[in-house]
Amino acid sequence: MIRVQAEDFDLGVELKNMTADNRGIGGLCSFVGLVRDMAGDENISAMTLEHYPGMTEKALGDIEAEAHTRWSLDATLIIHRFGRLEPGDQIVLVAAASAHREAAFEACHFLIDWLKTKAPFWKLEDTPDGGKWVDARDTDTAAARRWVSSPEKTSNNHDAAE
Amino acid sequence: MKVLYFAWVREVTGTAEEEFDLAEGVNTVQDLVSWLKEKDLVYQQAFADDKMVRVAVNQEYVNLDHLISNNDEIAFFPPVTGG
Repeated sequence: MIRVQAEDFDLGVELKNMTADNRGIGGLCSFVGLVRDMAGDENISAMTLEHYPGMTEKALGDIEAEAHTRWSLDATLIIHRFGRLEPGDQIVLVAAASAHREAAFEACHFLIDWLKTKAPFWKLEDTPDGGKWVDARDTDTAAARRWVSSPEKTSNNHDAAE
Repeated sequence: MKVLYFAWVREVTGTAEEEFDLAEGVNTVQDLVSWLKEKDLVYQQAFADDKMVRVAVNQEYVNLDHLISNNDEIAFFPPVTGG
């Protein structure tokens, strides 16, 4: 499930909805990205997220589909906001649910790492010196690269506690 | 074909969207970039560094050697910074 929206989201509500109809889910992993008030040495008062309507949904859908080919997942959710956000605001939610925790953890990590280098959003920061477009980061590219040509991930960890 | 610009690429070209008819000899994305650069200084500035501009055709990432047609939607933008 993909949502690209300006509105904020409630993590608890979203996670509850993911598991509502599936009693086979044993593990649910989520990540929330937030706006920080500092970028390097500069104070950020706000940021505006621009996106490419149409391609945004498509790219996120492709990323989600890729996760489902790599791991056995019962449900995935990506919510990404756009528009003007302030420090402390939520930007993005990715979540993955599976029978066992390993797939949920890995898929969740994969979703955010790939989203950072593939989803067509651009951040414009409000700094004391005016608007500044955020540069793509080498650390994000490196993080995404760790998921390229990964050996087949299988979750064989049948933990009785889940 | 429709050409879209995002983020600072849009600011430099001065436009978010424009329509063109495919010109003679423009077959690939690279050809289109060269053609735009000849049109106006703003495109020379926007495409000054090839590594800093990404391309999508019909909402899929492509390389500069990708063949384009008159019905395509082509978008130029900086490396993405979502998440």
